[in-house]
Amino acid sequence: MADLDLNNGLAARRPLSPHLSIYRPTLTMLMSIAHRITGAALYAGTILLVWYLLAAANGGTAFAAAASFMHSLLGQLVLLGFTFAFLHHFFGGIRHLIWDLGYGLDHPMREWLALGTLAASLTFTVVLFGAAHFLG
Amino acid sequence: MAPESTSIRTLTSRVRHLGSAKSGTRDAWLMRLTNVALLPLGLAFVWIVLLLAGKDEAGVKAQFAHPCTAIFMLLFVLVSIFHMKAGMASIIDDYVHAPRLKEWSLTANVFFSIGFGVAAIYAILKLSLA
Repeated sequence: MADLDLNNGLAARRPLSPHLSIYRPTLTMLMSIAHRITGAALYAGTILLVWYLLAAANGGTAFAAAASFMHSLLGQLVLLGFTFAFLHHFFGGIRHLIWDLGYGLDHPMREWLALGTLAASLTFTVVLFGAAHFLG
Repeated sequence: MAPESTSIRTLTSRVRHLGSAKSGTRDAWLMRLTNVALLPLGLAFVWIVLLLAGKDEAGVKAQFAHPCTAIFMLLFVLVSIFHMKAGMASIIDDYVHAPRLKEWSLTANVFFSIGFGVAAIYAILKLSLA
């Protein structure tokens, strides 16, 4: 697409409105940023899921390699991060759905929702990781 | 303010369809739709992962032989393709401004999302139908 300059470079000379960096960090802001970061992390984490599924489908040495990585210290750390990212994004998704429906936008409800998301994701990371070790 | 121009195209025709993200309501709706769908499917995914935890190859294959495991994993992956593609596209729209880089990033996003999805679906079908 050809570059369009409809206002003869005026846009480049216009001052920009203040951006994120001028605001004091708030909990809802940090949780919003974390939601985006965990989303991007899960995007990368799909490689891990595909690796596991393909390794299981092919079997033999492929599955043994994937299983030994998952049981290694590095693998366990990656899985712990994946679990937290998944749960944080999951509970964040519920929060965004509540907001999209028009509820919980007022103070202090929005703060409780943000805090609840954080508490639930941390708690269930421990619970699920514990359960996986207990079952596995 | 009318800019100097050598083109005979009207200003409206030059800016039409050039919204910042090149799309609007459809993307917003798709994100909400997949958000709702991924709540039960995400729970199903967690349940399946817990069932698979620590299982050997035979155990994993036996788990995927169950129709519920295969169907819910397929649904989870299928909906995730659209959700992750839309999410990454909005990140690219927000942070990548250089025109060429932006277009290549959006292209790579589509390729990666569909590539992930097809590979995962292939593996799930192979596991469950074997």
